[in-house]
Formats: sequence, C-alpha cells, structure tokens
Amino acid sequence: MNQQDFIRRMPEASSHLRRQDGMWQKLHIDVPLLILLLALTAFGLFVLYSASGGDGHYVRRQGVFFILSYIAMFSLAQVPLAMMQRWAPWFYGWGLILLVLVLVMGTGAKGAQRWLEIGGFRFQPSEALKLAVPLLIASYFSQRMLPPAFKHVFWALILITLPTLLIVKQPDLGTSLLVATSGLLVLFFAGLRWRYIVSAAALVIGSAWPMWHWGLHGYQKQRIMTLFNPEADPYGAGWNIKQSKAAIGSGGWDGKGWLQGTQSQLDFLPESHTDFIIAVLSEEMGLMGVLALMGLYLLIIARGLIIALKAQHSFGRLLAAGITLTFFVYIFVNIGMVSGMLPVVGVPLPLVSHGGTALITLMAGFGILMAISTEPKKVGL
Amino acid sequence: MSENHRIQDHHYEARIFMHRVLVAAVVVLGLLGMLAARYYNLTITHHDLYVTESEKNRVHVQSIAPTRGLIYDRKGRLLADNRPSYTLSLIIERVENIDEILVQLRQLVKISDVDVERFSRARRKGRRPYEAVPLRYRLSEDEIARLAVNEYRLEGVEVEAQLIRFYPYGELFAHAVGYVGSINQRELDVMTEEDMHDYASTRSIGKVGLESHYERKLLGEVGYQNVETNARGRVLRVLERKDPIPGKTLQLHLDTDLQDAAHSALSGRRGSVVAIEIATGGVLALASTPSFNPNLFVTGISHKDYNALNTSLDKPMYNRAIQGQYPPASTVKPMLALAALHYGVNDEKRSIRDPGFFQLKGHERKYRDWKKRGHGNQVDMKQAISESCDTYFYDLAHRMGIDRIHDFGLHFGLGARTDIDIPNENGGNWPSKAWKNGRHGLPWFPGDSLNVSIGQGFTQATPLQLAEMTATIAARGVRKKPMLVRTIDGEVQSPVEVERFNVSSRHWDIIFDAMREVVHGRRGTGQRIRRGAKYEMAGKTGTAQVVGIKQDEEYDASKLNARHLDHALFIGFAPYDNPKIAVAVVVENGEHGSSTAAPMARKVFDAYLLDEKGKLLSDAAQDDLFAAQLAENEL
Repeated sequence: MNQQDFIRRMPEASSHLRRQDGMWQKLHIDVPLLILLLALTAFGLFVLYSASGGDGHYVRRQGVFFILSYIAMFSLAQVPLAMMQRWAPWFYGWGLILLVLVLVMGTGAKGAQRWLEIGGFRFQPSEALKLAVPLLIASYFSQRMLPPAFKHVFWALILITLPTLLIVKQPDLGTSLLVATSGLLVLFFAGLRWRYIVSAAALVIGSAWPMWHWGLHGYQKQRIMTLFNPEADPYGAGWNIKQSKAAIGSGGWDGKGWLQGTQSQLDFLPESHTDFIIAVLSEEMGLMGVLALMGLYLLIIARGLIIALKAQHSFGRLLAAGITLTFFVYIFVNIGMVSGMLPVVGVPLPLVSHGGTALITLMAGFGILMAISTEPKKVGL
Repeated sequence: MSENHRIQDHHYEARIFMHRVLVAAVVVLGLLGMLAARYYNLTITHHDLYVTESEKNRVHVQSIAPTRGLIYDRKGRLLADNRPSYTLSLIIERVENIDEILVQLRQLVKISDVDVERFSRARRKGRRPYEAVPLRYRLSEDEIARLAVNEYRLEGVEVEAQLIRFYPYGELFAHAVGYVGSINQRELDVMTEEDMHDYASTRSIGKVGLESHYERKLLGEVGYQNVETNARGRVLRVLERKDPIPGKTLQLHLDTDLQDAAHSALSGRRGSVVAIEIATGGVLALASTPSFNPNLFVTGISHKDYNALNTSLDKPMYNRAIQGQYPPASTVKPMLALAALHYGVNDEKRSIRDPGFFQLKGHERKYRDWKKRGHGNQVDMKQAISESCDTYFYDLAHRMGIDRIHDFGLHFGLGARTDIDIPNENGGNWPSKAWKNGRHGLPWFPGDSLNVSIGQGFTQATPLQLAEMTATIAARGVRKKPMLVRTIDGEVQSPVEVERFNVSSRHWDIIFDAMREVVHGRRGTGQRIRRGAKYEMAGKTGTAQVVGIKQDEEYDASKLNARHLDHALFIGFAPYDNPKIAVAVVVENGEHGSSTAAPMARKVFDAYLLDEKGKLLSDAAQDDLFAAQLAENEL
C-alpha cells in the first residue's frame, strides 16, 4: 500500500507525452507500431503466397488469422494496465492447469502432445504462457524493490520453471525455450544483477552434459547433432538444413524472382511455408529481401523499446521490454536455425510463417505494447 | 527503508532499466548483424556453391533408351518387333516397405507368385541405383487406371510405357533370330564405361542368335534429356533433349515360307534343316527342332518354364543347325568321289566287285557294306554314289589316303566353323593324322580312313557345314560364307567368297550326274522324292550310326532304344541344271536318309522354287515376286 501511495505521488512524466493525447490515444493505438505491423503483415503474405507454391488457400487462411490477430491486438490494447497486473496471477494459474490437462488428455502428432480439443476447437495452451509468464513476472517485480533481491529472483525463477517444464514434457522444446526466455528477459530488465547472470550462465554450461544425457529426446538430440554436421546425413536429419542453405545461398543478392525459386517451388525445401519460410524469401528476393525484412523487424523492436522507455510504471516498462525482446528472440532463433547457425527447434518466423496460434499470441503481445504506449497519464491523483 | 530512500530507488530503477534497454539494444543490433553476416556469407560469398547445389537438385540428366532395330525376313515380314507394354516397376530406394507395398499392389492388379519370384530375383541381381525393378509386365487398361487413382499412396511405384521385344512367329525363328533378355550381372561385369553409357536406360540385351551377334547394330544410340524434377523425383519439364537414334533394321536372307516348310517338315522330330542360296551364301532357312518360344525370355522366364526347357531330354534350346555335330555319313561320298577324280585315284569308269564287305590286305576284319549281299560285281562311281555303295568308297579311301582326303575336304568347309553371323557355332571335325596324334596320341590306322570314307568314325559336321559343303558342290567349288543378314538399314551386305576351288569341269559333271542319279535314277537311294517334282534335283542320302555296331553284328532297329536309332541325313541342291538352293537335313534317330530326311529337303525345294499354285517359277518371275512381296510388306 505504501508503494501504491508512492506511485501516486510520483512526479508527472515528461510533458511531451501529452502531445499524444488524441484520437489514437483514445483508441489505444500506437500509430508507428501499427504501420510497421501492417507493413510486415503485407510483406509476410506476399512471401507466404510464393512459399505455399502460389496456392491462394494458405494466403486466405493466413489472412483470416491476421484479422483475428488484429482483433485480439486491438482488444487487448483496451485493457487497462492495472487490470492486466491484477489478473496476471489468475491468467498464469489457468495456463498451468491447461498445461497439466494437455499432458493428461492432449492430442498431437509425431509423439508430442501439444493440443487441447474442446468441442471441436483445437488450441495450444503453451502459447498462452508466452504472455502469461512475462505478465506475471512483470507484475511480481513491479511490486518489489529493484534490482530484485535474491529471494525474489528465486521465486521468479520457480514461476518461470514450472510452465517451462510442463511444456518440455509435451515435448515442445521450441515453445518451452521461448516461454522461459520471455520470463527471463523480464527478469533481466528488472535489473537482475550481473553476478547472478554470470553465475547462471556458468551453471547452464555446467549442466549441459547431464541435460544432454537425460533431458533431451532422441529427435531433439538428433536436431542438435545435425546442426554441427548436417552433411553427415544429407538425406535424413540434415536434409532440411542442406536444402535451406542451398535455397538461401542460391538466391544471391537479388534472388531468382518471386515464385521463381526452384528449391521452394519444386518442394526441395521442406516446411517452406512454415518454419523455413525465410529460405524462400532469400531464394526469391535474395539478400536484399532478407535485409529488408530484418530492417522491418529492427524498427518494430526499436519501437517496442521506445514504448518501454516511455512507460510510466515499472510494470509496463518491464512488460514492454520483455515482450519486445521475446519477439526478437523468435526472429533470431528462426533466422539463425534456417541458415544452419542454430539448432532446428521449431520456432516460426513471426508474422510471416503460416500458422494461427503463434500469430495471435504475438499480436496479443503487441496489443499489450499498445496498451502500455497509450496508457492515460494519471495526473494529480 | 525510509521514504527518501525509495525516491532514490525509483531513479535508480529507471537508470538501471535504461541501462538494461541499452544493453538489449546493443545485443539486438549485434545479433542481427551476425544474422546479416551469415546470410551475406551464404548468398554472396558462397553463392556459386549453393547455386550448383540447387541446380543439382532440380536438373537431372535422364537417358532415353533407343528403339531396338527391327528384323525382317527376306520378303519384308517382321520377325522381331517392338510392342508397347505398360510395366509396373518399383524403385526400391524410394519404397519404404516392400512387403507392404506388394500387399497393396496385389489389391489393385493381378500379381502372380511367378511375378513376385521374378521380381525378387531381379532385385537381388546387380543393378544401378534408382533403377526401376519391373514387377508386372503388360498391364491392362483397367489396371493402369486403378494404379493411377492410387498413385498418391504408392511411393516408389511407377508405371512406364516401354517397348518390349516381340517375336510374332514364336518358336519358328527362335534359333536363328534368338531373343533378348534382361541385362544380367555377368553382362554388367564385362561392360566398359562406354558400354554402360550406351546401355544407360536399355534394360535388355541380345542373348543368342542374331539378337546377340548384331547387338550393337540393333541397339541404337542412347538419347539424353535434361529434366527438371521436384523433390519426389517427378519430372516437371524437359529442359533440353538429344533424341536417341533407333537401332538398325536387319533384313535377312531367311524366308519365312522356307523356314516354315522346314520347321513343319521336322515337326515332332529332333533335327535340323539348313537351306542356302547358292548365289550369295545367304541362309534361306535355319531350322532346329524342337524349338521354344523366345517371347518367354524377353521379360524374364519363370523358373518353372526354364527348368522345363533346360531339363528336357530333347534339348529345345540347343541349336542343332550350328551346334549339333553329327557323323555326315554317306553325304561325304560325292565330295570324296570328286577328290578321287581330281587326284586321279579313280576314274569314273573304274568299277569294283562288292561282296558286301571290304577287307584290308592281311587283316581279318570285314568292313561291311550297308547292303548285306553287296551291290554286285561291277560297281562304278555313278552307281556307288546313287546306291551309296560303302565297299566302293572303302576301296577308294584306302587308295587315296587320309592326307589327300583331309586336304580335299577342307576346301568344302569341313572341320572349320563357317563363321555364320550367329554365335556359338561348332566346327565339327574333319580328321587328319596330325589331329589324331594330337588328340589321341595314336598313329593313323588304315581302318580310320575307311571310317572317314563313309562319314563315320572321327568325322563330324553340323547341318550348317553340310549345307555349306552342298552349296560349294552346287557352285562347282565356289565357297561362300553362309550369312543370315541380307541388308542392314537397307544396305546390302555383299556376299563373302571364301574360296574358289579349281576342279576340272568334267569331274564336276560326273559328280553332278551321279548326284542327280541319287534322286532320279532307277535305283537311287533318294528316288522317292522325285515323284511330282517340276524340276530336277541332285542329292545324297546318309544314314549315320549312333552306336557302334560290332563286327558281324547286324543293325536291328527293333532291338534298339529309340535314341540309339540311326540318324537320317540328306544333302541336295536344285534345280539340277541351274542350282539355286542347297539344303542339308539331319534328323536325329530318323533311321533312313532316303525316307525321312530326303522328303524334308523336297518340301524346302518346293517352297523355294514353286509359286503358290505349285507352278515352277522362272528366274524373272521369282525376282518379280520377291520384289512385289517386299514392297507389299514394307508398306
């Protein structure tokens, strides 16, 4: 309660924020972010059309997903930050229950249980945790002194680990990694002391060996092994990487032309419309296209960080920075894995890869960013 | 903590956060830079490498099998054809579970156990990677449709249209034309790199007969196309193409009418008939019975069929015409009589007394004549030939000696392969002193010469050699190489004259006259074939012993096993005054040359010399008919 008092008495934030007051502010829309997202969406559909072999079906489906995801974004942008903060623990709690349900009665493919089916409607609860975890951690730290004390760091880590382990168990290495990352990034922005970070890094490296032996599934190990030597098994495990590298590299500076990529159009490139879509972009539009996409991403990240810096409260600040950097992690892991720099862990390229669930989660995240960016000034309370 | 501290903490927090965002921004820029560098490395630095790799994925060189050359008989009738056939094949490398796919396929098309057995054998045999292994040949339209509908769940299953060799006349030409079959491991092993290239997509190769001898001519030249394929190996389009060049067309001297006449005459018997066109050495008929259906071998013969052929006592796959070596028996007599005239050992008027046997001076052993009581007190050369008097020739050979007999026989092609244009020919044996010494380590005994004089003992010849000898006699010493192929891609293969042997024409006349007497004489051994003949023939019968008959023992057919009965032989040419065709007939265990072999020769003569209505063809009419038939068939 003391803290609340303290916040209320905070000196007014810099005056330039007032200039944003207007229609967009009332609609809770951050215009620069919206423009960037629309540009990225259009670009993504354009690439997807080619990646799915000129099949309008995927593009129409993705279009529907985009509409749904924009609706989700605008809806979330209307939610007051205080409410998000209050509901964060509940949101998190439901998420955990659903994750347990997935393990008990989930469905899925390739030996993994990731989906829940309720009344013919199928969804992936682990996606929700990508938002629930940073929400909870940000909410947790916004009520505590920063930089966080060891005790609080400890509890935060427990809160992050619980869903992560449940998702690993499905098993879904890619998503669990992103969920953990989304929580840890908030921890980082909360000012986690460097000495903790360094010792944690040492611990991770130290535990890599036992993890390798007991923690990973055969197919996950194989994916990692493949990374280091994809040529050893070019027709089996290394096929994806071999083909995606050939696609990327053969694009050159300006690419083979839209719909002209032989690797992607002739099906040599697997998962070309989902995880490996950037290889299609590189093959058909060359390095130029890749750099343009990276530029768009960079602008979105920059906008996200600016929103974080301008946020009035520590909750918004931590959440905005956490969401933005999680978005970056997506980008980095996907682009890195497709080019053979990182293990193939099954992370889609945000807003470009085909797929509804990940898209809605991401756009919901941007909805939260907009809510933070357009939060009304609480002046003189 | 005091209020004061908290306020300180807030600024501190903001500063920490600002600092963290800065760190994050730097990390983001750094990592994006790394990604950009990585993509630069792939797209720019190693561009060429990956272009090559993606092109290798996409573009495949496919070889296109050339169409095998066709084989026609002399009148343009097709003997070896290529027929389109739809074959169901599996690409083993692309099939996940062979047994499973076999079960699936069995629900769609009829697959017999024989098909599966043949498929398993083909699978085990050496083959090139990703080469389709045929499972079922000759799919029906229905089956093709059913496979097409289910194509999506049959990974690695292919239906391809290919041309399959077909022999419309079946067993009639099996020994002459031969057959093709799948390329086997042994054949692959001896292939050079160049051969491998030539056979890049050809599945079959000539195994025997003309198909084998003219393999390279019939094969044609392989074509190529660069095709764009997708990841599943499906061809999407052809980028570049070099058409294959079809194999050359062979036109044979063989005449289906004569071949059929010979084959039918032999039917039910083991034996061979060979007919040669005297003017060219062209082989008009080359029959060997029993025969077999060459079409069985084209797509891979089943174990059962193969065993049946292979274990049959009648040896249907044995080409008796060129491989069967038989005692020529009395068919060598005209040639020996000519030798005697040529060397001045006998003149035609010299006669002997024939008591039914011959005895060497100071020897007990009696060399018997086939006629127990002999041929009379005054047997001259003409009678000796027309009645086939053994005693006369014992005497003649004894006085001539083996060296001269041997030398003379060589001029008629005895003891050497004729080099006919089909493989696996045997050369028979025409013995000499040197040969006997080398082979048996024994000196030549006078009795050996007596055996040679009646074409027995060490003497052996193939039906083809006998036909060549006959043709050489009919051409008065001009020996031509027997050839089956008349033209290659329309280009006439000129006859090959092996030798032109000079013997006085008076001597030829004597032998011709004696051989005519065999058929047309009152007591000639071959007289029964002259009935109804529209032309005159010359010939010689022969009856070859299969088992040795002991001294003083008589040949009694009823006591002998059927396979120990004498072989029946006949050689002859016609028309007598203008010889065009020479024929040799050997019928295993046919007993009598006169009654079994000679009538077969007559049928072949008729088929060659008479028209459809049984009228004798003039030379001009024969040429016209030939041209007309050729034109009709090739249209």
